[in-house]
Amino acid sequence: MSKSDTHISRYRELALVLLALLFLTLLSVLITELHFGALSVFVALTVASVKVFIVLLYFMHLKFESLLLRLLVGMVFVLYGLIIIVTFIDYFFR
Amino acid sequence: MNNQPGDGYISYLDYQGKHRGILSWLLSTDHKRIGLMYLYAVIIFFFVAAFLGLAMRIEKMAPGPDIMDAQTYNGIFTIHGVIMVFIIVIPGISAIFGNFFLPIMIGARDVAFPKLNLFSWYLYITGAVLGVLSQFAGDGPPDTGWTFYVPYSAESATNVIYALTAAFILGFSSILTGLNFIVTIHRMRAPGMTWFRMPLFPWSLYATAWIQVLATPIVGITLLMVIAERTLNIGFFDPALGGDPLLFQHLFWIYSHPAVYIMILPAMGIVTEIFPTFSQKPVFGYGAIVISSIAIAAVGYFVWGHHMFTSGMSYWSRWFFSFLTFIVAIPSAIKVFNWVSTMYGGAIDLKPPLLYAISFIFLFMIGGFTGLALGSLATNVHLHDTDFVVAHFHYIIFGGMGFAFFAGIHYWYPKIYGRMYSNRIANIAWGILFAGFNLLYFPLFIIGIQGMPRRYFDYLPQFTTGQVISSIGAFILISGLILMTANLIYHRKRGAIAPANPWKGVTLEWLIPSPPPHENFVEIPEIKHKPYLFAKTEPKE
Amino acid sequence: MSTVHSHSEPQDHAADKLGMWLFLFTELFLFGGLFLVYAVFRSQHSVSFHNAADELNAFTGTLNTVVLLVSSMTVAMSITAVRYGERRKAMLLIGVTLILALVFMINKYFEWSHKFHYDLYPGSEVMMNMEHGEILFFGLYYMMTGLHALHVLVGMVLLTITLVKVQRKRITVERYHLLENSALYWHLVDLIWIFLFPLLYLVT
Repeated sequence: MSKSDTHISRYRELALVLLALLFLTLLSVLITELHFGALSVFVALTVASVKVFIVLLYFMHLKFESLLLRLLVGMVFVLYGLIIIVTFIDYFFR
Repeated sequence: MNNQPGDGYISYLDYQGKHRGILSWLLSTDHKRIGLMYLYAVIIFFFVAAFLGLAMRIEKMAPGPDIMDAQTYNGIFTIHGVIMVFIIVIPGISAIFGNFFLPIMIGARDVAFPKLNLFSWYLYITGAVLGVLSQFAGDGPPDTGWTFYVPYSAESATNVIYALTAAFILGFSSILTGLNFIVTIHRMRAPGMTWFRMPLFPWSLYATAWIQVLATPIVGITLLMVIAERTLNIGFFDPALGGDPLLFQHLFWIYSHPAVYIMILPAMGIVTEIFPTFSQKPVFGYGAIVISSIAIAAVGYFVWGHHMFTSGMSYWSRWFFSFLTFIVAIPSAIKVFNWVSTMYGGAIDLKPPLLYAISFIFLFMIGGFTGLALGSLATNVHLHDTDFVVAHFHYIIFGGMGFAFFAGIHYWYPKIYGRMYSNRIANIAWGILFAGFNLLYFPLFIIGIQGMPRRYFDYLPQFTTGQVISSIGAFILISGLILMTANLIYHRKRGAIAPANPWKGVTLEWLIPSPPPHENFVEIPEIKHKPYLFAKTEPKE
Repeated sequence: MSTVHSHSEPQDHAADKLGMWLFLFTELFLFGGLFLVYAVFRSQHSVSFHNAADELNAFTGTLNTVVLLVSSMTVAMSITAVRYGERRKAMLLIGVTLILALVFMINKYFEWSHKFHYDLYPGSEVMMNMEHGEILFFGLYYMMTGLHALHVLVGMVLLTITLVKVQRKRITVERYHLLENSALYWHLVDLIWIFLFPLLYLVT
């Protein structure tokens, strides 16, 4: 039996995750008020990525899933990143 | 192992489930029956599209309008492309042979989600019917070509939305099939069948399935965006609203180039099964074939831009895509060496499946090399949008995927129906097909280099010779197709009874009776060694 | 879809989960196409995107973010409840998730109708007179939030089915995979919103 079948997330744990997510949301709203200019996109996306990472790990239970599943999810995000980069080889240098 | 026909043996064709008559097929979740339903649908649509192709060739027998006007021609090449690409070659091998043989070859009783599998078939039929409807309903047949390039596809007054929706639904069906296969391969291999004991056809389906799952959604959303653009006036791609037509081409080819590998990888998988069996020799370089399948899938994901060299991409982008296009040729070439080396020194038995498989290599090589001519930047500028391109992709898709499909049907026919077709007629049909095919498409390379543009219903007099030869080839090809199909259909119930293992194959499908029983195996076999171990070729000492 | 099993095979939890994740991958790439379009247009029209994003109400967006995050937690908790055998609690948690989903949709409805009130919709005269970048932004806004809202609706249907099955004891301590997969779907809806929110409402 894999870890995912034995591990049960505790209520407290899930509530703490929510608190972290709410805090990060608040953070990203406040940061945009500061007007970092060009950097603001970068900062906002970084915060969003952290949030997504947390959701994947705890809410979606990936932290306790098999290595295979974790690798696949990682691969999908890497693949998507590569698509963006390759497309932008066109748009940046045009 | 007790998998020979015993007292309780009933083939899947005679098996009586909950339903009777036609419903026992339409509601069946048996992967073999679903595979056959795909087969029949594909054959019907294939002949429709093939005759549309013949109509185009007749139109081009002489310069000027012969049997149709330009608009009709535009409609015909569009629907020919849509049917051939989305309804036949993309689902073709994986949905038919994949469904039928994947579970058997890995020692499973069915796919992981049988009901989902049936649902995919219904989606497929819905999409296919919608695609055909686009010809008759409303404002006339779509005339955008199967690529649906904007801005024209956003403006054309024809039934583009039907065709777009059809492609979207067909894509969804393809995704679900891919998803099903990945889970099946991960979860349902027989005990002892490690990844590297798995036969190579399942391996090629595995690589294909990943492309299906990870590339198809992109074209799905792209088609939705074009639909939104047509119906809601949202400007994604229309330059008048600030959109970027080139972005459509990027998004479209992000899927549609990998789609070429969705077509060709399972085709490669089929011939990889055929060469060892008809040479009675283990496949040469098992690991190299597995790795090259995955390499093709992975690198093939990033070469989409080579369809857009003349569209105005940046210099570095063209450089990058051209470079990767050459890289992706390497794993394909590795496979060719593997196939040829498998035959080397083997006990070659030149039966129809092997004939088709060998001609697959020949035609695929011509298609592959001309692909490199198109993949290099300098020659592409000259050859882009000429008949050279048409010839190239027909050599790959028809000469490659099509001939591999024919190889597969002749290889597995005795297993599917438990009967044998006539070898003699199959050989004759092969000769006609092979001659007709080359006569039809090879002249297009030449007139393409001379400057004949693709998708034109008319041409200048200097192209007449090439066009006429090509049209003659079309008639020969069609007659070969009819003969081959007639041979297969006629012997389905009247042919000689086929033994369980007519070709002395060693993969799991040959260990069970022909046709297979309802749940394939009485006892799930335990796998103790690598695939493709033939009796004669055991070490001599 | 992930509840389907081969008639002869024992129920395979890992297969269901893998199938669901693969489906989620396709959903990610579906939205991924739109994010790619967004990225390209944003890089070409950053000033217009800035101006257009200013017109969106960041408060509504933030509120919806909070609603979705909380609902994600409640649905995750419902799995815990089912696995502890606390059926009533599980039903309550799924119910709360559904109510939050409804709140999200109502909020979205008011947001959209507010824009329609000012003739701010694709093809309208007001929009046609805007700059190209702003037309693109609002086109993307409607397409992305629209497709997302469609997913919220699908998620609500899934959760309702799950709720009924928990009530009828079809989802139990041993068999909770449908709930788990519906929850995964719901988290995906949340996950996409996490990216949509800063891109549409915040990056100004």
